[in-house]
Amino acid sequence: MDLKATYNYTVVRQFAVMSVVWGIVGMLVGVIIAAQLIWPELGFNLPWLGYGRLRPLHTNAVIFAFGGSTLFATSYYIVQRTCEVRLFAGGLATFTFWGWTLIILLAAITLPLGITSGKEYAELEWPIDLLIAVVWVSYAIVFFGTLATRRTPHIYVANWFFGAFILTVAILHIVNSAALPVTLFKSYSAYAGVQDAMVQWWYGHNAVGFFLTAGFLGMMYYFIPKQAGRPIYSYRLSVVHFWALIFTYMWAGPHHLHYTALPDWAQSIGMLFSLILLAPSWGGMINGIMTLSGAWHKLRTDPILKFLIVSLSFYGMSTFEGPMMSIKTVNALSHYTDWTVGHVHSGALGWVGLVSMGSLYYLIPRVFGRVEMWSMRLISVHFWVATIGIVLYIAAMWIAGVMQGLMWRAVSPDGTLTYSFVESVKATYPFYAIRLVGGLLYFAGMLIMAFNVWKTVCVGKASDAPIPLAKPAHA
Amino acid sequence: MSDFTSGFWNLYIGIITLASIAACAVLLKLTSRRRIASDPDKTPHVWDEDLEEFNNPLPRWWVWLFYITIVFSLGYLWFYPGLGSWEGAWKWSSNGQYQDEMKKADQELAPLYDKFARQDLAQLATDPQAKAIGQRLFLNYCAQCHASDGGGSKGFPNLTDKDWLYGGEPETIKTTILNGRNGVMPPMAPVLGSEGTVDVAHYVRSLSGLASDEVRASRGKALFATNCVACHGPEAKGNPQVGAPNLTDKVWLYGSSEATIIETVTKGRNNVMPAHKDFLGEARVHVLAAYIYGLSNTDLKPPAK
Repeated sequence: MDLKATYNYTVVRQFAVMSVVWGIVGMLVGVIIAAQLIWPELGFNLPWLGYGRLRPLHTNAVIFAFGGSTLFATSYYIVQRTCEVRLFAGGLATFTFWGWTLIILLAAITLPLGITSGKEYAELEWPIDLLIAVVWVSYAIVFFGTLATRRTPHIYVANWFFGAFILTVAILHIVNSAALPVTLFKSYSAYAGVQDAMVQWWYGHNAVGFFLTAGFLGMMYYFIPKQAGRPIYSYRLSVVHFWALIFTYMWAGPHHLHYTALPDWAQSIGMLFSLILLAPSWGGMINGIMTLSGAWHKLRTDPILKFLIVSLSFYGMSTFEGPMMSIKTVNALSHYTDWTVGHVHSGALGWVGLVSMGSLYYLIPRVFGRVEMWSMRLISVHFWVATIGIVLYIAAMWIAGVMQGLMWRAVSPDGTLTYSFVESVKATYPFYAIRLVGGLLYFAGMLIMAFNVWKTVCVGKASDAPIPLAKPAHA
Repeated sequence: MSDFTSGFWNLYIGIITLASIAACAVLLKLTSRRRIASDPDKTPHVWDEDLEEFNNPLPRWWVWLFYITIVFSLGYLWFYPGLGSWEGAWKWSSNGQYQDEMKKADQELAPLYDKFARQDLAQLATDPQAKAIGQRLFLNYCAQCHASDGGGSKGFPNLTDKDWLYGGEPETIKTTILNGRNGVMPPMAPVLGSEGTVDVAHYVRSLSGLASDEVRASRGKALFATNCVACHGPEAKGNPQVGAPNLTDKVWLYGSSEATIIETVTKGRNNVMPAHKDFLGEARVHVLAAYIYGLSNTDLKPPAK
């Protein structure tokens, strides 16, 4: 068969399978560090098993390995199919897979060894940063090249989001990683003091906004209408919420630095744009959920739709919670507590995790020549196990966080603090235990998924769909 | 006062912020009005066989939600700092809020701490109320290093015994907390050499009756007399003026094993107790010093009424 006549599914399959593998690794490390907070002796006094080194391994593995591989897989799948053209520069696409996988392996080696630049969500040292930049630029060439050679007259909305995600992450990564290398394994940031903190959180919050939101909204805009068999609810809404979202996110970073050395004016602007961000975020949720109107009954029987729609509910919840927490008076209570951890995980487990899993359940059988996954029942089991896990996790962290905030600020009539810090740690133990149970459930769901994927791949056969023939000029 | 290095950045921030908020409003206004002429319900495009888009109007409640956040933001920027160096109509600043709260607290608490300040430290150490406050202060500001019972840990002195590096008089303890201390033992390996370091370690162990090699200890004694007595004294009883420890008792800041003493002599030590005068204020340090004095002086009697 002429290669040009089919879509390039090879790279999609590679990334899709690896995203399941990395999901298991990243969530396993998450479970381990959650257990370490209850039993610190689980570090066994080995430096490379210490919480401080495993925690960045967990965040990098779930965000960039699991989330990243899912983004690569889905964006490559979607951009080909909605442009009705084979992926641009296939060799470069293959390079992005091996390059990205190498980056993940290097992260898995260097982070436990304590080699870190110390910037949250950007811990990898400068040689790896350079490799990331090269892979990312290749990704951009493949993606935008495919868009440029498309055979459809308009660019589908999912691709707007993927495009914004790819472009912005390139800028964020390059600016925030600017550093002066001292040795092969050590560098110092190009910025100093509060400016370094501001650049870091400009990066940090936009990593949430573009890596973990815009990219996954791209998935949402393809897989929900496909799985529901319904048109997108409102083109107009997608236009306004897309532009408002990508524009407003850029400003929100300073809310991570309330009541610090950051000047008051910058804190105020960060808070206000975070509040303005509420409506653009909800625009995406509305557009996704309302796409189902007229087909609500499918939610009862279709476990993939359950994943996708419930992920949007968590997206709506965390994008309401986020602006609230950015209000200075709320932040004065929530900052530095486990409330932040709960907020992040309602977004990460609820939104990013569930929408990824739903998308992969749609995508994997189709690139392995199957109509659906090996077992639809197991998808349903996975959905319920994961959802109960999320609810336990975030409820425990909310309660723990508010309790910590109240204990830390409690003042006796004589002006002394009522509680010492360690008393708040002690009071948090039961909630750490509930969180661990929630995390274990979520991890168990991922194992169920891996088993299902394994079976699907075994009974299926790698196959590339043909590209539809050119349509008559105007039908 | 200004955070800006020139008048330009002040204007730049103010203008770009207002323009950006206005841009959100304009975008919203335009999209909530626009009609697509041919088919208001569906756009004419199809992707990937069956992907289509309706063109439903924006939900009204959502449009209003968006407008409300925009209007709130403009109001906030009028009252609070945000637009460059504009201080806001209410002149609020985070530093000002902190100063106000501290001033208010100081005024409210002044009578209580004045009462304590009039008592000398030994007397205050028997006051149950002062002891309770002192303990809370200790748990929040001292326990991280000295442990919650004051028992100390390696490198951090035990505060419950009668052994003091700088002196255990109540006023001395207060001075230590107020101004902090920096005890420095220089690295002696360059002077003593590796053999000499071991010899000195054996001599030091012999001073408090610990097992030691007699030959090494006698060689160490000579080295001690030339190199160590300046701080630790000819009898090795230490010197509270510089915080040099007494080496003849059974109290060890870093440990008494041969290996630890060799490490101490070889590399030296640099012990820092931070100053708390500016952080806690003298009134609180007074109460804290009395509490710490009471940790080792457990036989104090309250003054007769």
